[in-house]
Amino acid sequence: MIKPEDKKMLLPNMSRRGFLALAASGSALAVTRPGAQAESLKTKANIVILGSGAAGTALANRLSERMPNATITIVDGRKRHLYQPGFTLIAAGLKPAEYSVSKTEQWLPDTIKWIEEYASEVDPVAKKITTASGTKVTYDYLILATGLKLDFNSIEGMDLGLVGKDGIGAVYAGPEHAEKTWQAMDAFTDKGGIGLFTRPATEMKCAGAPLKYTFLTDDYARKKDTRGKVKIHYAAHSKSLFSVPIVNEKVRMLFDERGFETDYDHVMVAIDPGKKLATFNTPDGRKDLPYDFINVIPPMVAPDPVRFSDLAWQTGKWANQGWAEVDKYTLRHVRYSEIFAVGDIAGVPKGKTAASVKWQVPVVEDQLIAQIFGKEATQTYNGYTSCPLITRVGRAMLVEFDYNNNLTPSFPGIIAPLEELWISWLMKEIALKATYNAMLRGRA
Amino acid sequence: MKDLTFDTLLAVFEEVFGVGLFWALVAVAAVITLAFLWVVLRDRHVKAVPFLRAELLAPIGAVASIWFVFAITSSGMKDMGGPIDLIVLLSIGVAGGVGSTILVYVMQSLIAKSS
Repeated sequence: MIKPEDKKMLLPNMSRRGFLALAASGSALAVTRPGAQAESLKTKANIVILGSGAAGTALANRLSERMPNATITIVDGRKRHLYQPGFTLIAAGLKPAEYSVSKTEQWLPDTIKWIEEYASEVDPVAKKITTASGTKVTYDYLILATGLKLDFNSIEGMDLGLVGKDGIGAVYAGPEHAEKTWQAMDAFTDKGGIGLFTRPATEMKCAGAPLKYTFLTDDYARKKDTRGKVKIHYAAHSKSLFSVPIVNEKVRMLFDERGFETDYDHVMVAIDPGKKLATFNTPDGRKDLPYDFINVIPPMVAPDPVRFSDLAWQTGKWANQGWAEVDKYTLRHVRYSEIFAVGDIAGVPKGKTAASVKWQVPVVEDQLIAQIFGKEATQTYNGYTSCPLITRVGRAMLVEFDYNNNLTPSFPGIIAPLEELWISWLMKEIALKATYNAMLRGRA
Repeated sequence: MKDLTFDTLLAVFEEVFGVGLFWALVAVAAVITLAFLWVVLRDRHVKAVPFLRAELLAPIGAVASIWFVFAITSSGMKDMGGPIDLIVLLSIGVAGGVGSTILVYVMQSLIAKSS
């Protein structure tokens, strides 16, 4: 039996007023934010940001905070801001289409000017942008944050109007199309048949997403007890499933374990919705593969104003994809030192994810400010990217890596990057959107 | 991840709950903690019987907090994949258990005093 005396603590006499004063001072300490805000800098530089996606918005907020006297203009006709990492969850029936949609204006600072038009041309010699209506916008410094273009037109027979019908899905196409993809996948996993999963041979955003959706389709079939009637067929564009060798091996093992059939060196070029056939370029020529459900992921290229300008890579493997030719560490254009690229448009070997944007944005901020004020920049981008690679509803692998294909776990020894974990799923489902939103506001 | 500062964490939590709800939750937690400290200081010791009673309710708090996490996510017990998952799950349970113990103890102490 515990006696009251046993738990009695030696405490000093304290008045109610004294206690409240001590408590109040403690709370004040707890809620006072540390002085992490960087000092404001005085400049009248004219900075134009092309694009109001994740990268453009985050930079607009950070730059306007750091340089309140600078003239900052953002050029983009998009009224909707799309949280793209949410598309997989929408296409898995876990979130509605609205989950990924907000208004562009709600994220932009009041102190900047937003030209609600798309750019049609960039003239890096005259330092001038022409908008769709013909308005000319000049700049001292330009940040390319245009995102990329999903080139569905280059897949013969593909029409986005088909998504959701006859087993056609397109997770990348947008939140509404992701929702329609879920309807098609849901019907497919009820009925059974051949599920065909593809990815393009171009650079692409979130290269883990095609794999995630393959795993999720398998998971739903197992949960519905229809896996015996479902054949999962993955058509890889190259000789591997993932560009990072150690991750590729893990994914290959999981594919084998779950009974997926894999074809390598298959690049989708056409679809025949009537016959339910997809056509691929392979080392042995054209080949048709049947499907009852397909996730069409198109080639991805730079938007035209960058692709067809002197800003794009002129030679090499990206010459016809149009990514901005920037130094992979500083993200500064190699021919026009006052131009930077951030996010999907940057022609660098890795980094077309929101996690990369989160790393790249402070680098561009630092490089740009150093340039304006004639100082030396201290930050560079190491190719960091992250992919919560979902392997079923409720589990994911938190894969993080850099330019050298080194794994760069944020929580080494705690969260194993190649283990299917619940904690990694929680990060995807709960923490990721919050972190993304904080990044948009320039706070993360 | 590049930086995980206190400021970043704060920003993320504000986004998870919304600024108003997050700070309201912080305020509620702070008030309950302060109330606990206050009754302990007032009584100059932890009273055994009410504390034991509060401890007996701790498992309910633990189970409720784990249930809450499963309810707001698309996951459950079947998704535990490694040691860290069990550690996180137990931590959530412990937090719920300790929180409910403190809350019940404070309520008992305040009610007892006022009556």
